[in-house]
Amino acid sequence: MPNDTQKISVKTTDFKVVGTTPDRPDGIDKVTGRAKFGADAYAPGMLHAAIYRSPHAHAKIVKIDMSRAGALKGVKAVVTRADFATGLAGENWNILENIMASDTALYDGHAICAVAATSALIARDAIKLIDVEYEMLPHVTDVDKSMASDAPVIRAGTADKSVPAGLGENVVRYHESGHGDIDAGFAAADLVIEDTFKTEATHQGYIEPHACLATLDTDGKGEVWCCTQGHFNVQKVCAALVGTETSQIRVTASEIGGGFGGKTVVFIEPVALALSRKANRPVKLVMSRSEVFRASGPTASASMDIKIGMMKDGRMTAASAVYRMQGGAFPGAPMEFTSMCGFAPYNLENVHQIGFDVMTNRPKQAAYRAPGSPMAAFAVESVVDELCNELGLDPIEVRLMNASHEGTKASYGPTFQRIGLVQTLEAAKAHPHFTAPLAENTGRGISCGFWFNHGGETSVTMALSEDGTVALSVGTPDIGGSRASMGQMAAEELGIPYEDVRVTIADTATLGYNEISHGSRVTYASGLATIEAARDTLKKLCKRAAAKWGIDEDAVAWVDGCAVPSGANAGDFDPLPIGKITRSMGRTGGPIVGHYEATPEGAGVSFATHIVDAQVDPETGKTAITRYTVVQDAGKAIHPTYVEGQFQGGAAQGIGWALNEEYIYGTDGRLQNTIFLDYRIPVASDLPMIDTVIVEVPNPGHPYGVRGVGETSICPPLAAVANAVSGAVGVRMTQLPMTPPHILSELGKKARAKKGGANG
Amino acid sequence: MQYHTPDSFEDAVAIANAATGTTRFLAGGTDVLVQLRADIVTPDDLIDIKHIAGTHDITHNADGSWTIGVAVTGAEMSEHPTLKNDWPGLVEAMDLVGSTQIQGRATLVGNLCNGSPAADSVPAMIAINASIDITNATDTGTATRQVAAADIHTGPGKTSLTKGDVISAVNIPAVQPNSGDAYLRFIPRTEMDIAVVGVAVNLTLEGDTITAAKVVLGAVAPSYVTVTDAANALIGSTLDEAALDALATAASAACNPIDDKRGTIEFRTQVSGVLAKRAAVIAYARAKGANT
Repeated sequence: MPNDTQKISVKTTDFKVVGTTPDRPDGIDKVTGRAKFGADAYAPGMLHAAIYRSPHAHAKIVKIDMSRAGALKGVKAVVTRADFATGLAGENWNILENIMASDTALYDGHAICAVAATSALIARDAIKLIDVEYEMLPHVTDVDKSMASDAPVIRAGTADKSVPAGLGENVVRYHESGHGDIDAGFAAADLVIEDTFKTEATHQGYIEPHACLATLDTDGKGEVWCCTQGHFNVQKVCAALVGTETSQIRVTASEIGGGFGGKTVVFIEPVALALSRKANRPVKLVMSRSEVFRASGPTASASMDIKIGMMKDGRMTAASAVYRMQGGAFPGAPMEFTSMCGFAPYNLENVHQIGFDVMTNRPKQAAYRAPGSPMAAFAVESVVDELCNELGLDPIEVRLMNASHEGTKASYGPTFQRIGLVQTLEAAKAHPHFTAPLAENTGRGISCGFWFNHGGETSVTMALSEDGTVALSVGTPDIGGSRASMGQMAAEELGIPYEDVRVTIADTATLGYNEISHGSRVTYASGLATIEAARDTLKKLCKRAAAKWGIDEDAVAWVDGCAVPSGANAGDFDPLPIGKITRSMGRTGGPIVGHYEATPEGAGVSFATHIVDAQVDPETGKTAITRYTVVQDAGKAIHPTYVEGQFQGGAAQGIGWALNEEYIYGTDGRLQNTIFLDYRIPVASDLPMIDTVIVEVPNPGHPYGVRGVGETSICPPLAAVANAVSGAVGVRMTQLPMTPPHILSELGKKARAKKGGANG
Repeated sequence: MQYHTPDSFEDAVAIANAATGTTRFLAGGTDVLVQLRADIVTPDDLIDIKHIAGTHDITHNADGSWTIGVAVTGAEMSEHPTLKNDWPGLVEAMDLVGSTQIQGRATLVGNLCNGSPAADSVPAMIAINASIDITNATDTGTATRQVAAADIHTGPGKTSLTKGDVISAVNIPAVQPNSGDAYLRFIPRTEMDIAVVGVAVNLTLEGDTITAAKVVLGAVAPSYVTVTDAANALIGSTLDEAALDALATAASAACNPIDDKRGTIEFRTQVSGVLAKRAAVIAYARAKGANT
């Protein structure tokens, strides 16, 4: 992740619109049901598609017979892998192989062929008429078992050059980083604790399933409407997978019912395009919930070894970690992020980490909010907690003593610029939650968390209307209220009311390339681009005023929505409001449009500290989260309530991951819990009001100091909840999720050990 | 698929008997419609019984007993001004099913006929000796027989109902003086879940002493388990620690659960005892007149 800061001046005070909390522009549409999501698109003559998926975890596809399905009345097209582009390499080949298998079903739910029919019911019935002959292969779904030398091989020869010799075929990428001498560091420690941790795969749990409407004509021109976090990426991938030129596919992003990283990838759009090309009709494709669980991209599962040495006073002397990350049947488990994030909060002289990317017979993992970091924090922060317990030290004081700050050489290499970890710890320490008395059977957990922030290709256009209002076009789908924050930043720069800016997520034919809404980048990068586009617009407005007044361009300034002479020497003219300039723009030089295109590289990383109280029923093992406080550095909160929403959302998802969410595979390698009834995300009544504290340590790389906030909030909760539960039950919980059966079983072991000890 | 809306049980019985393929009855539809959408069952005949007169009524009979229509929803039971005074355990069990929206549709009979061994209202019905009216054809027309609620469910997805059987009412007995019922279930979350363990307890007291008891478990065996040993552990006691421990031991011993995605054998067995104790304490307090 780039950490270079461009030299820019950062404004941190005297805001008029930034820092306020106006209504979101999509609010009315969403509460009235008028908002159009992925499945809300219709076209004349539209067909409905359905995908046939493998019921087996691992099987060779011997034969696909679609004759019965194709003959069903109403079926207009069938496609298999033969209907997609050939000769792909690298990630495009991986994506195609994942969304339409070639010769082997690699996981339960792997797509094998698809149909389009005149109704969704006919398409569904046609799927039942597809006959696929399989030759069963042995399967593996557990990361540790998959690394064993006798494990079934998912795809030989997939490993890249980073993987050292002697590892199994399923280890496909390797990461190693660190500095100092860990052996010397551990030798110097008063106490060294080493432990092993496991987390299960979880799903982002977005409420809206993947959905699209696609048209691809025989002339190669296509249109796609879909729910996605990155329609420019959809455009590029679709063009490659169906074999046409990128610009011939126009993609429009719908409103999005949640993504959290899971909609940064492409699953169904190329299938709908291929069916449309064959049927010569528009094709709609909507995943069921069960398809979402089985065949979209959950996060990686993890198996981790952590070792930390500490002096009696709390100073850390060395830390090392091994992260084994399971990412499904393709390379990509985010083990380098896991490795980089785990020790990032700590200023360590001696640190070392290794990551393994391991393939199994599971769906191809996708990004999930700070991919890879929450698991690392769970393992590392659990050991830190255990060290504090053993040495009788305060968990916040120990973290403060070892905290990374400006100038620290990060565990993953670069030197931190201005960061706010210490400020979050100080705020947590001062928060009444930290010192509140604890109820019976309750533990309090503390954890820090870290995530990067990303710039990425960004393009923004700002067109002025004749009445002085503003049409702002951005290319990053709004997944967290970004239309509101973009409107605020535009209004701030132009000196006009927020309501005078309409923000649109423009389609791929309207703007230059915009990277996906990921990496907590939108408020940072699209925000920076919006501010720069506004400044470009202001320059053009000032030029018109200068021409009108007959003075030099440089002698015009912009104050509160008006052009004004920049000083006494510039002349004596009445302020010229934006609306007066735009009213005559047709005859003073034509339309006024500002724009900005760049790859901003001043993204600032973000840290958080969470405090949580967990009460455990000792007779049933059931955990209630009774109090939760998120403290996080936002750099600058453009729209504070949406920043709080991001803080709370990350905490809520982290609580689910810690307590009840998990991918459960049977011995047959099939996913057991493919609906929300059995994949247990927290419901509203499971959560307390999640309190938030916004810390603002400006990012020197953004004009207003913004840091990305969307992802860091999910990094601490796994560890914080685990530390709280471990405190409540008196057993170190090293495996997630901490379901009631899991906790009760640990309590039983503890009771038996105590009894055995007493008897012995 | 044929969708039928009979306006009498006689017609419903005739349609059901004439049907040759897969038949489903539709009251609230909170299971049937979900199964339809999930492509688990596509019935040939779907018989909507909500249009039959009286199916939405909760009737308090002259002898103190209650008759609950087959289309009465959970919400209607919870909002009834006096039903929960008599049978708080039954009402709270039904109220645990689903969400607010589901409560506006879901029915006792649907909960029973879905055939799950983990339904919340079924242990509660069995514990209070509810009976079910079943109407079917006879040589001369139709007749209605009464069957104990305990005798309907026979195994996962299975009931004792036969072709043409249409449930026409649920009968709840009159509450006895100094009695109380209670239902508790275990789920890992706070709502929107299926019982991992369910326990219904119904007690009658004389003074402080329990004179009659019924303990019914759900979700811990292929069907609901009426635990006689658990009842015997309570009868004659004042719900002292020893009685509660004996109750827990008997409840756990009666479990014959499975390991699955919702819970383990060990967990279900242990928690059955815990919930039995907790439900007994609530039922006892209610029998003593507590308004809990």
